[in-house]
Parts: sequence; C-alpha cells; structure tokens
Amino acid sequence: MNFMPEIASEWAGKWEWLNWYLNFWMVFFTVLIFIGVFGFAIKYRRRSEADRPKPILGSVPLEILWIVVPFLISMTMFAWGAALYYDYGSPPQNATEIYVIGKQWMFHTQHPGGQREINELHVPTGRPIKLTMSSEDVIHSFFIPAFRLKRDIVPGRYTSIWFTATKPGKYHLFCAEYCGTQHSQMGGSIYVMEPADYESWLSGGGTGSMASQGEKLFSQLGCSTCHQLTQQGRCPILSNVFGSKVELQNGSTVVADEAYVRESILTPSAKVVAGFQSIMPSYQGQISEQNILQLIAYVKSLSAPAAAPAATPSGGPAEAKEPATGPNRFQPPRETK
Amino acid sequence: MSSVPLVHEQPITPEGRTVNYLNVRHSIASWLLTVDHKRICILYLVSITFFFIIGGLAATLIRLELITPGGDLLTADGYNKAFTAHGIVMIFFFLVPSIPATLGNFLIPIMIGARDLAFPKLNLLSWYLLMIGAIVAMGALFLGGVDTGWTFYTPYSSRYSNTYVSIAIIGAFLAGFSSILTGLNFVVTVHMMRAPGMYWSRLPLFVWALYATSLIQILATPVLAITLLLVAVERSFRIGIFDPALGGDPVLFQHMFWFYSHPAVYIMILPGMGVINELVTCFSRKRIFGYEAIAVAHVALAVISFLVWGHHLFVSGQSIYAGMVFSILSFAVAIPSAVKVFNWTATMYRGSISYDTPMLYTFGFIGLFTIGGLTGLPLATLAVDVHLSDTYFVIAHFHYIMVGGMVLAYLGGLHFWWPKITGRMYPEGWGKFAALVIFVGFNLTFFPQFLLGYLGMPRRYYTYPDEFQVYHVLSSAGASILAAGFAIPVFYLLWSLRNGPMATANPWGAKGLEWEHTTSPPITENFVETPIVTEEAYHYAPEQEPEIVGA
Repeated sequence: MNFMPEIASEWAGKWEWLNWYLNFWMVFFTVLIFIGVFGFAIKYRRRSEADRPKPILGSVPLEILWIVVPFLISMTMFAWGAALYYDYGSPPQNATEIYVIGKQWMFHTQHPGGQREINELHVPTGRPIKLTMSSEDVIHSFFIPAFRLKRDIVPGRYTSIWFTATKPGKYHLFCAEYCGTQHSQMGGSIYVMEPADYESWLSGGGTGSMASQGEKLFSQLGCSTCHQLTQQGRCPILSNVFGSKVELQNGSTVVADEAYVRESILTPSAKVVAGFQSIMPSYQGQISEQNILQLIAYVKSLSAPAAAPAATPSGGPAEAKEPATGPNRFQPPRETK
Repeated sequence: MSSVPLVHEQPITPEGRTVNYLNVRHSIASWLLTVDHKRICILYLVSITFFFIIGGLAATLIRLELITPGGDLLTADGYNKAFTAHGIVMIFFFLVPSIPATLGNFLIPIMIGARDLAFPKLNLLSWYLLMIGAIVAMGALFLGGVDTGWTFYTPYSSRYSNTYVSIAIIGAFLAGFSSILTGLNFVVTVHMMRAPGMYWSRLPLFVWALYATSLIQILATPVLAITLLLVAVERSFRIGIFDPALGGDPVLFQHMFWFYSHPAVYIMILPGMGVINELVTCFSRKRIFGYEAIAVAHVALAVISFLVWGHHLFVSGQSIYAGMVFSILSFAVAIPSAVKVFNWTATMYRGSISYDTPMLYTFGFIGLFTIGGLTGLPLATLAVDVHLSDTYFVIAHFHYIMVGGMVLAYLGGLHFWWPKITGRMYPEGWGKFAALVIFVGFNLTFFPQFLLGYLGMPRRYYTYPDEFQVYHVLSSAGASILAAGFAIPVFYLLWSLRNGPMATANPWGAKGLEWEHTTSPPITENFVETPIVTEEAYHYAPEQEPEIVGA
C-alpha cells in the first residue's frame, strides 16, 4: 500500500517538504484536542448526581494565546505555500513549450517538433517543460499526481503549468475537472524518459523497416492508446484486419486495403466500423504521405504471418467489431455482448 | 431565573392529558395551515428526514459502484447523475435547512422568551417554498436526472449537458428563497422579540450562532439565486454570460457561485456549533468558557466567510496574487473555528461530565470537526492545494465538516431536545449504541478518502485505476456501517413517540427558558406569562441551583 504517489519532478520534491510540515501541525493539534476532550471526559466524569462544579467564566490571556499562536503558525504555512505557488505560476524563460488541447474526452498534446500525441505525453528528465493549454469545449484539468501538479484547462483562454521531470517512468495523467459522461476515462500516461531516449523517440528512430517506423509513429501519434493490441480500447483492434472484410456502421462492408487505411487516417468519420463511435480525430494535413505509408506497412504487419496480401477475408477481425460499451481504460472491458 | 409558574390551571384534553401544542388540534389542516413555529418545526423535521433518505440512497449507489475499479452497477451517465442528486439533495434540501429550520424554528422563540417568530405566516411560507422547490428539483432528478454536479460549472451546465439542468436550478432557486425568508424571520425575531432582561449578552450561544447563520442566508443566498438564474438564461436563450463561445467567461461563474457557496458552508456548520455550545455546557454542568469570545467568533466566521471564496479557484486560472490574498483570508477564517474548539474543550475542564447520548455526539463533533478543520489547512495552503484540489482529499475534508460536524450536531441536538419537542424520552441505551456505530462507520467511510486524495484519485470518477481499490472497498464498508447507524435512530425515535417514558419539563437539569419556564412539550403560546430574565446564560452554579421545575 502506497500512501503517496511517486516523486517524479523537482516541484514534487519541494511540495513533499511543505506537506510534511503541514502534516506535523495537523497531527500535533489533533492529538492536543483529542487529549483535551477525551482526557477531560474521563478525568472529570460525573461521580455523583450532586456534583455542581465551580463555574469558570473564561480567561483573556488564554483566548489571546490560542488566537495568536495558531495564527502565527498558519502564517508560516501561508508564506511557504505562497512562495512555492509563485514558483508554480512562473515558468522559466528557457522552458520547452508543449501545447495541450483538452476536449471531451481526450488530451491532445503537440511537441515543438510537431510530434502529436493523444492522452499521452513523453517528456525528458532534467529540462523545464512548459505546457500551454486550452480547451475546445468545457473546462478540463490536467493533473499529474507524480508531479503534484494540476491546472484547469479553460475554454476561451490559455493556462499553463511547468515542471522539470526527474525520474524516468510511466505516470498517471488524469482529468481532474468534471467534464461529462466519460470524465473518468479522460487521461492516460505521462512517460518520463532520459534525454537521449527522448531524442530518439522524437525522431521516431529514423532507421529500421517501414513497418517498424510505422510502429513508432503509431505510438508517437497516439494511435496506440485507442487501438490497443491486446485488449479492446475505444477503437477497433487492428490485428488481422488488413485484407479482411470490415462491417461498417451503415451496414455495408469494405475490404481493408491500403486505400481504406489511408482514408481512415485522413477522414476517419467517412467509414466507421460497426459498433464504434466516430471519435477518432482527423490527421489530414498533419502527417506526410510517407508517414501514411509507414503506418500502412505497420498495419499490414499486424496481420498473421500467413496473411500475405491475398489474406483470408474471414476469421480474424471478429473481435475488432466488439463495441466499446462502458469502456474503462484501466481494465479489460466487460463482456456486454 | 425568576420563578414564574409553568402553567396556570392547565386545560385537560379528553384523554386526560394536559393540553400542549401537539395535542391541541388534530386535523390535517391544523398541521398544514399552522403558523405555530413548533408545529412548523415538525413539518420540517419530517420533510428533511425524507430528503436525507433520498440523498442517502444516492450516496449508496455511489459507494456500491466504487467498490470495483470498473463500471459495474451504473452507467457512466447514471453515476454522474447519482453524485449530482446526492449533492443537490443533501445540500439544498437537507443541510441548509437542517438545524435552522427544525431546532432553530422550535427553539429561538422559546430561548428568547417570545410567543412565536416575528412573522409566523412567513415562516409557513418558507416551508411551502422548500416543498415546492423540492418537488421541482426531485422532479428533475426522477424525470431523468441532472449530470452537472451540484456545482453547475459552466459552460458544461449552460451548454453541453443534455439533462434537466434548468428544472433543477429552479428547484434550488425556490429553496434559496425559503432559506432567505427563514433567515430574515430569525434576525427580526432576535432583534425585536426578546423577553425583558434577555440582553444580547445573555442570549444562549445557540441563538448567537443562528443569528450569524441568518445574516449569511440573507446576504449570500440572493447571489446564488441570481447566478443560477443566469445559467438557466444562458441555456434557454443563448445569451452569452459564462460560455466563451458566446463571449462569456466560465471562471466568472465560479466566482459568483462560490461567493454564495463558501459562506453557505458556514450556513451548514454554524448552527451545529450553536448546538454544541448548549450540549457541552449542560452535560458538563458548567458555564461556557469564554462566552464573549464564542459569540464574537460566531459573527466573525459569518463575516470572514464572505471573503474566502477564491480558495476554490487556486488552479482555475485566477491570478497568483489573487490566490495569495484568498489564501491569507482562508487561514484567518480558521482562527474563529479554532477558538471555539479550544473554548469547548476548556468548558469541560473541571466540569461534571456525563455520557448521555447528546454528549457522545458532542465528543464526536469536537473530534471530527477538529480533523475536518485541520485538513482545511493544506487546502488553504496554495501550493499544497495544487495537488489536492478536486481529489478525494477535498471530499473527505468537507464530509468531516458536514457529516462529522453538522450531522452529528443535528443528531445530538435532536436527542437533547427530543423530550422538549415530543414530550417523550428516547431509549438511552439505543441512543448511545447508534452514536457509537455512526462514529465508527463515519471514520471508516471518510478517513480512507484522505489517503485516496493524497494518492491523486480525482473526485467524480466513475472508474479508477486498480491501485486505489483497497481504499474504496474500506470506504464502502464504512458507508454500510454508517447507513445502519443512521437507520437505528429513525426506528427508536419513532418508537419513543408512543412508548417512550413521559418527559419532565427539564429531564437534563439544563439551564435556559425552554427547560425552566415551560412544559414538555410546551403549550401553543410557549409561556403562560412572559418570562423575565434575571441571569446570564448557562448559570450552572451551586448557589443558584435550587429549582428543577416541572418534576
């Protein structure tokens, strides 16, 4: 059982010290009052119905004492908290800027080099990163417990947070402001990487086969958060799809060939698979034709080794048609069909 | 107190009992058209108990759903509607009216030696407004529900939600007017109708607390009414106020909403503090420690509570300097609360403390309110709130105040004045047992939520990562104990109405006009002759001891 999330940013480290300071005083006063109340309750319990204790009117020195001392203690909390909050509100000039758009119910992030992610954010350690955020619809909130950071994303204005990550790993990203039906599904992961790993992630590798480049793109563009490989996400599983017949929302079918995959990337709402909602964003104008080809190569590679170009049309894709009812990104979905 | 006789030549009912406000008339109209503040207290008591059960059922759905990380029992929308229903019903229809409209209604005129409130018909109108508001709001909940949360944040509530938001808003609006009129009635009554000798410095502190509460109700509730109406206007007529797509400002809504809703927190706790003043003195048989300090602290809380709303907006995009001002003021508002806790503890010092049920609730209140108050400090501390805001830490914090504080005080007060209100004693053994069950169940329900908050579990989540499950299971287990604890008093209090021993005028040996100058239950006019007050409140002193009247 953990009692605190991991400490994965410089600010989180400073936050912990302040929090321990507050915890100290909270425990101190709780114990003081409990000893007072329960101690007096036992010590001065009624021993006889005839008890008539002497009245005590009060004490001005005591009143002053328990006004002034708690007030002074609380001002130390205020000062420490305000200093750290000033830090929170003042990103350094040299911070790398990453943009975040919140919409029902996902976070879009984009790196300075143009790399986009959905519900994920890859960041390097040791370098200040500033997130500039806005919303397309309602108020959301970008919350990373391991960084002890949160900021509302408000439509019609820009808000920002900044951090310097310290510890490589994968951490929760939550939406912390109630935003409607799938509020609890909005979010994903923050990946903190060593700077070198981050650079190679950014460049998408650069070497390797088309398919392996496509695989990196698949993760880099955020496709993998919804099109998961092993379990049903909010979107169809793509294994064994290529070359097969796909049933569409309007009842017709289409063969999943190169043209269909390309169309699904650029205008995803054109031919939606039966049982799914049209929630995928368009990548029109955002990726090069070469990247599309790499992605197609990757999707091809997901079909069974035997499934060469003229693959069997039947079999495989059945599970991909499972509708994502009551989705929970933390759990395999329930069998509702 | 002066020795005014309790009753002259009491009239007798056909059943052979002395006439009091309960048995003087029996028709349904005599209840629904009554202008007797004591009968209106009963009307409120019955109706808010019903609302508490509705709100409790919504809480039950929430806790059942959260036992597992996935979505099992409810749909996502169903869950969102359940927590919205819980919030709206518990806040607008239970907590805000709870102590003021029941115990306050019953006791304020009697405690100050008056025959009734200043405006008896207005008092009845307040109850009807609450009922109409409740019917409208419950209508919205049962027609299909509302999914905005009780906070109605824009632009979600004003544009994106497809639920019965406007109807729920009208319900809350009407309930708001009930609250305003009750506050107005209390303020005028306390100013104008005190008995001879009942100076301000002699008022029971319960009256001081409700006076401070009433000021907030009168000054803050209209702001809520306006704000909610603006949301309904934006929803219906697309007039841009809060929605940026129409040129509005969504954060403006938060400022206006919390300008009411933070003071409203004190509407929901000050009356509880008022009750504790009465209980801690009676069951310690001792004058309150620092009467003036507590009286001033009640009013100070009411005043400062208007200046701290911005602490709900530390991560909302408010300027960091505004945040600092609100942070200092939020620490300042903690001081009057601390003063009261210290004074209650000091009142027990060298007292003669008995462990009757109301006193058990008092111990519970002081302990849980202390924890609830102290856990407000991290939330007032700017940087720490950045992590904790909108997590379960906040949920736990305000439930320690609202349930651990207000509901325990309400139950304590209800047991304490039950003999006065009904003329019957409740079964003491069951009373103590239920108090202990509630204390244990409450802590098991809400303490794990502090830990969840530190871990980063956001509020209003229908599903959650596996690692949080153990705390949710503990919390739901606690909630089932808590529910049982709340159910027990319903049964034995109803049972006592017929079978409880008859209460004497002053079964606790307590001080105050309601105990020493009228019967249990009182006559419709409260007093045979207007009492003349000749001593301070809480005069539990040996030499003044002789009279235990009506025995």
